[in-house]
Parts: sequence; structure tokens; C-alpha cells
Amino acid sequence: MNLTGSSDLVLSGISKQFAGHRAVHQLDLTVPQGEFFALLGPSGCGKTTTLRMVAGLEEPTAGTISLGDQDITGLRPYKRPVNTVFQNYALFPHLDIFENVAFGLRRRGIKEVRQKVGEMLDLVELGAYGKRKPTQLSGGQQQRVALARALINRPQVLLLDEPLGALDLKLRRQMQIELKRIQTEVGITFVHVTHDQEEAMTMADTIAVMNAGVIEQLGSPAELYDLPATTFVANFLGQSNLVRATILGQADGSVVVDVHGGKITVPVPRCRVTEGDVWMGIRPEKVFLAPAGSEEEAGSNVLRSAVVTDVSYIGVSTQYLAKLPWGQELTVFEQNTGARAALKVGDSVDLHWQPSHTFVLDAAQDALAGVEDIADDAG
Amino acid sequence: MSALVPVPAAGKPERQGRRLTAYLLLLPGGLWLLLFFVVPIVSLLAASLYDPDGSIEAGFSMTWSWHNYVDALADYARPFGRSLWYALLTTAFCLLLGYPLAYAIAFKAGRWKNVMLALVIAPFFTSFLIRTLSWKMLLSDNGFVVDALKAVHILGSDGRLLATTAAVVTGLTYNFLPFMVLPLYASLEKIDHRLIEAGGDLFAGPFTTFRTVTLPLSMPGVVAGTLLTFIPAAGDYINAQLLGTPKQRMIGNDIQRLFAAGAYPTAAALSVTLMAAIVVLVLFYVRRSGTEELV
Repeated sequence: MNLTGSSDLVLSGISKQFAGHRAVHQLDLTVPQGEFFALLGPSGCGKTTTLRMVAGLEEPTAGTISLGDQDITGLRPYKRPVNTVFQNYALFPHLDIFENVAFGLRRRGIKEVRQKVGEMLDLVELGAYGKRKPTQLSGGQQQRVALARALINRPQVLLLDEPLGALDLKLRRQMQIELKRIQTEVGITFVHVTHDQEEAMTMADTIAVMNAGVIEQLGSPAELYDLPATTFVANFLGQSNLVRATILGQADGSVVVDVHGGKITVPVPRCRVTEGDVWMGIRPEKVFLAPAGSEEEAGSNVLRSAVVTDVSYIGVSTQYLAKLPWGQELTVFEQNTGARAALKVGDSVDLHWQPSHTFVLDAAQDALAGVEDIADDAG
Repeated sequence: MSALVPVPAAGKPERQGRRLTAYLLLLPGGLWLLLFFVVPIVSLLAASLYDPDGSIEAGFSMTWSWHNYVDALADYARPFGRSLWYALLTTAFCLLLGYPLAYAIAFKAGRWKNVMLALVIAPFFTSFLIRTLSWKMLLSDNGFVVDALKAVHILGSDGRLLATTAAVVTGLTYNFLPFMVLPLYASLEKIDHRLIEAGGDLFAGPFTTFRTVTLPLSMPGVVAGTLLTFIPAAGDYINAQLLGTPKQRMIGNDIQRLFAAGAYPTAAALSVTLMAAIVVLVLFYVRRSGTEELV
């Protein structure tokens, strides 16, 4: 492992063209050394192709990939200091667990195989399973073997292709925590491809949201969630209410927006565009519902005269749909703190929230971009 | 199965009915095997112990002459050994030719896969005998192959292709190649391509990946293919008959000649010995290759 110099993974101008189909387009990306980095996007967005290009399993049509000072664009996979945890693990069925994990060490002729494999199996808590064959292990155990088989080589970058996709929900949660722990422990750069936004948010330091072969937005999970740059990110990462609006002007570092006759304000840094038609966005859990006509905190953004059209009680929270005078229904999540009596279908309500939670996006984008993918994940 | 039948009251007659169905389904095949496998085998075993001095005209009497085996082996040890040797050579050549072919069809043929498989099977559309006869013509002393080889001095002026060991082994290899290619293909085609990628990802170059991943995973195909080639090749006599001389005589030729001449006890003793030898070799081979552990 290169401990002295920086060994950031840098992709510049990477494109990948398959017959009649553009999988990745002009991608620029820097993954700092030691980071847990997630490539998040729906299936077919080019994230797996990007990962395979880093692994050397696909050749980019254009662009370069470098690791530290070394250009690895044309390097054969077996010569790259990069290892992969494959989707569905790809464990060698004819070898036992010990030999699966030892495979990379043996190929490089490294000594002390027994000791190193033993340590690695202990790290993934499979010390007693060395003599078993992969088919004799559960899905979660196979996943950990795949991880050990890659990690034992101390790669400069570890690539994980939907590593938890085949596991059930409970096991996936466990493994998320486990993966994060292991990454922190070994300090190797992890590049993790997933379509599961929650998985990406839980583990990654930085997420790049990909769609249709390009990166829509890059940042920490909190940054992306708090201030999405596009409607796709707003919808793919969690849920958003997007309302058609028009910018009226600026005052005191804020943009004033007309939302179907109501006036709300948004801090200038939270606006992607500052004039013309826009999408006004607000996350469902940031909105408060109050019985019609009650007083709000001063400075709040308010939309009045809404009617509750649906109430879903989930236990820790309640999910409301509130219909506004122009017919659009907004989603509101409310914690069941018991501070106020629950609202019923047909109640008249006002919606209010902090200006600093509002965001403004370009109206040229599709308000439903990324929405269906969320429905897919839930299903 | 029975655990899946949940109704205890109505269960008994129904279960009996099912069991009856199973037996009825087994019946035709069972009768066929009894008539055309068990009876002939018993008859063959019996014939191998008949009085060797009998004849078809005078009839054979059962004298439990175990000595038939000793005599047969003493007289026919050479063609016996030659058969196993030719079969081994044939299997080796089939594997050398068949593995790259099956590999190419499985991994590199793309949309030509089905065409290439059809071509592998195509020889079966004519009879084994006719195909071997065509080889006889092809390799004949006046054929264009011999002429061409003589012209470029690969073959001497009095050199021949026909009536040589090479001709017999070539014929055997040609005839049994599909039996090697098809199981190899089936087993290679099943290999998950990601395993090969994983080999590359874990510092194994193309050849090392082949040696450590692809080849071990294709072992079931190798074992099936070598058995399907070795067993019929060891018992074959057509190729030696048509492409060889008495010097290339295989045990099948002798068995056939002895049966035709009415020397039933010796022919039967040789047949049983060949069968036993093959069964022992196969058991040993399968045990050694350890394929039962593969998925």
C-alpha cells in the first residue's frame, strides 16, 4: 500500500460506448485516498460500467483513469492494484473458503499465506469456515468471503458492485454497519456501486448520483439530501415536494418566489436559478401542518388553505397528503410526538416551513425525474 | 413425496395408486433391460465358461471351464493391450483437439455457436461405417492426400497412410471426437463468466486463470468426454478392420472373428475380460479425478 504519496483515483473525461448505446459520457471524478465513495443511481445509469472500467474489465472508449501518479487506463485487470467484490460474489465453487481467500496471495507468490488468510477470515468473523465450500455458506457468509478475498490483497482501491443486493433486509443493515467498520479499520479506498439510496447514505463519505451516463451531483450524503442540485437527485435521494413557482426578485440575501399567489422566500445560495420559472422544493419532513388560521413562527414560509386528503399512520410517524387550492397534493411526514391531536381527512390546514429548508431548481427539468426508481426500490 | 400428501383418511388408496403408477412406468423399460441386457449378459457369462472343445454343430456343455480365461488372455494379450493403448491415444488426441474447439464454441463463437454445434453433430447424419469407408478412400495409396504428401516429400516414395497405426488412431479420433466435444462444451458453457473475471481481478493472467479456474471447473466435462471416448474406442473393431492391417488388430476384431468362427467360449471370455477391465479402469479414474465434489 502506498502510504507516503497520495493515491487518489482520478477519472477524467471517461466515456464508454456500447453498440448503439452510450453507457457513460464524459465522466470526471476524483475519489480521494481512504474514502468510502458511493456511485448511486438506477439500473442502466452507467455506474457498474464505470466500476468495471476502473477494474479493467471494460475498456473506456475515451478518457483516462489514474491511480496516484500511475495511468492505469490500458493496464490489464490482473496488473491493477485494484480488487473487486463482485455482484453475487463470484466465489470459486471448486475451492474451499481458505483457498478462495488465498487465491490472490498465491498468484502473487506472497509468503505466510496461512497466517494472512487466518487473520482475514477472523476480520470477517469466518475463522472456523476455512475448510467449507462456498455453497455450504449462507448468502451473508458468502458476501463476507468475497470481501475477505478482495481485501487480503491490500488493494489501493476496493470496488464493490452491489455487494449487498442479494441479501435480505435485516442482513443488509448488519452488513452496512460491518462494511463501514471494516473500511475504517483497513483505511482502503472503497468505491461502492449501488441503486439503494439508503445503503449509499448509511455508508459513504461521498456520494456521486449518476443518471443516464453522467454524474448529476456529488457531495456528502447530508449535502445531497439537504440541497439537491437537480430534480433527479431531489426525487432519487429521499422524497421531495416540487411546486411550480416564479421568481419575483431578491431582497436581503433571499429570493422571493411566487407560488400560485403565495409569497415565500429562499436564501440565495439555495437557488440553482434566480429568475424566471422554477421548481420550489421542500422535503416532506421539513413541513409542519397546522389547523387553518393558526399563528406561525415569524419568517416562516406558508402555503394556506390546504385540505388533508390522506392519512397513513406508520407508528413513529404519520404520512399526510395535503391538497392545495391549485389541486397539487404535497406529502408531509410528521413525527408522532403527541404534541397535537392527529389530523383527519377533510381537515383544513396551513403548511409552513423554514426558508432555510427550501430549495429552488431549474424549471426546465422533469419534476418526476427519479421518482419511478424509488417506487422500484420500495417494491 | 409421501410427506406432501396431507389427507390421512383418503391417503391410503391414493398412495397405493401412486405407487402402482410408478411401477407401471418402470415396467416397459425394466422388461426391455431384462430381455436385452440382463439375459444376454448372463448368457455371455455362461458361454465364457462352456467346454472349449464344443462347437455350434455339436453344442456346448457347461463345464465351468475357468481355464477359458487363462487361455484367452495368454493367446490374445497383445491385441488386448493394443486396444487399450489405441483407446488411450484416441482419448488423448480427442481431448487435445476437442478442448480448444469446445472452448471456442462456448466462449468465442458468439452468434455462430449453434451453427458450430450443428457442424460437430453433422457427421452423425451418415453411418459410422460409411464415414470410416470414406477415410479408407481418403488415405488410400492412390488418393490425393498421399500424392500431395509425396509431392512435398513429407511421405517417401513408397510411404503409405492406409494400413498404419496412425490411420487406425486417426479414424478412431475422428469417429469419437463429437463424444468428447459435446460434454466439454456443456460443461464449459455452464461456467459463470464472472468467475473468469474474478480470476483476472485477483492477479491471475489469462493462462493462470485458465489453469486455476476454467480447467478445474470444466473437469466434469473432461471426465464425461474421456469416458465416452475411451470406452467405445477400446471395443471398436471397424477402424482397425478398414484402416489397419492384422498388425493393428484390436481385441474387438478378434472377438468378432472368434464369434463368427463359432469359438464361443473364448470369444465370450475375451468380451467379459474387456468389460471388466474397462469397468475397473473407469472406477479408478472417476475416483481419482474426484469430480463428485464439483458443483
